[in-house]
Amino acid sequence: MTTPTVKDTALAPAALALGDDALVLSHRLGEWAGNAPVLEEEVALANIALDLLGQARMLLSMVGDEDELAFLREERAFRNLQLVEQPNGDFAHTIARQLYFSVYQHLLHTQLADGDGPFAALAAKAVKETAYHRDHAEQWTLRLGDGTEVSHDRMQQAANALWRYTGEMFQPVEGLDIDWTALQTAWLEQIEDVLRRATLSVPEGPRTGAWSAGAGRQGLHTEPFGRMLAEMQHLHRSHPGASW
Amino acid sequence: MTTTDWPLWEVFVRSRRGLSHTHAGSLHAPDAELALRNARDLYTRRGEGVSIWVVPSSAITASSPDEKDPFFEPTADKPYRHPTFYEIPEGVQHL
Repeated sequence: MTTPTVKDTALAPAALALGDDALVLSHRLGEWAGNAPVLEEEVALANIALDLLGQARMLLSMVGDEDELAFLREERAFRNLQLVEQPNGDFAHTIARQLYFSVYQHLLHTQLADGDGPFAALAAKAVKETAYHRDHAEQWTLRLGDGTEVSHDRMQQAANALWRYTGEMFQPVEGLDIDWTALQTAWLEQIEDVLRRATLSVPEGPRTGAWSAGAGRQGLHTEPFGRMLAEMQHLHRSHPGASW
Repeated sequence: MTTTDWPLWEVFVRSRRGLSHTHAGSLHAPDAELALRNARDLYTRRGEGVSIWVVPSSAITASSPDEKDPFFEPTADKPYRHPTFYEIPEGVQHL
């Protein structure tokens, strides 16, 4: 597939937003390599990370040089959601983050694939990947929520802790032809359905931070993101152009 | 890696339509549904399959190495069981 370019067009910010979501979450999931609770799950998370990295590469290449964008931008230039930059935490936190994001991404890709913009072809391919990511997160949410007392409590805590990062997902992204209200309604319905079946309660807190002068899409990020970025960019910045 | 008490599952993958499922390996999973997903991630990530079966390893009854001789040895000197004593008529293809 030849990648259409949106460089210097009104669609560049959208490609950057979607590309950064995929890139940052991919890196977070990659942090589980060597640390996952079981080998089988480690491969599952790495597969999801690689799917996302593929999406990120295509989207960032539409805007410019993918390496420069990934490794040489400062924190404030990243346009990803704050949700995807949140640390892995325990396994329940990773699964809650996956659930919230993959349901959103799946709905978004479905709408984009139905359209005819430059993202349609990419979304049509990605929608099959994100359907699997969504299924993976749902299966684990059901088992952790409806598992032991400990797994139930931890899954509930994780769902609660990340809830405040979910409002940001429905801020319209400039240049994307998306029905954001319908997206949010569908997202809430699906999340509530999964949580209910997992015997978990739907978190009640606000879906934005107490301090909300802006968020990831405006380049404002949470504290853990700086450390993640330092690690992700370290090699490229120390050895520009290195390859193997 | 910590050890888990998840049961072991045997994975069978069918690589193409028309072929039979072939044993691909084994894995750990807490239940059948997750075993299927783990199998998808472990054994079909390079496009190896169109269908997967997972079977609890405990459900498989295997022949014992101790019984190897009575089980398999007697067939060695019975070449007439091989379909090699037929004249193949001319013009028969795909044989």
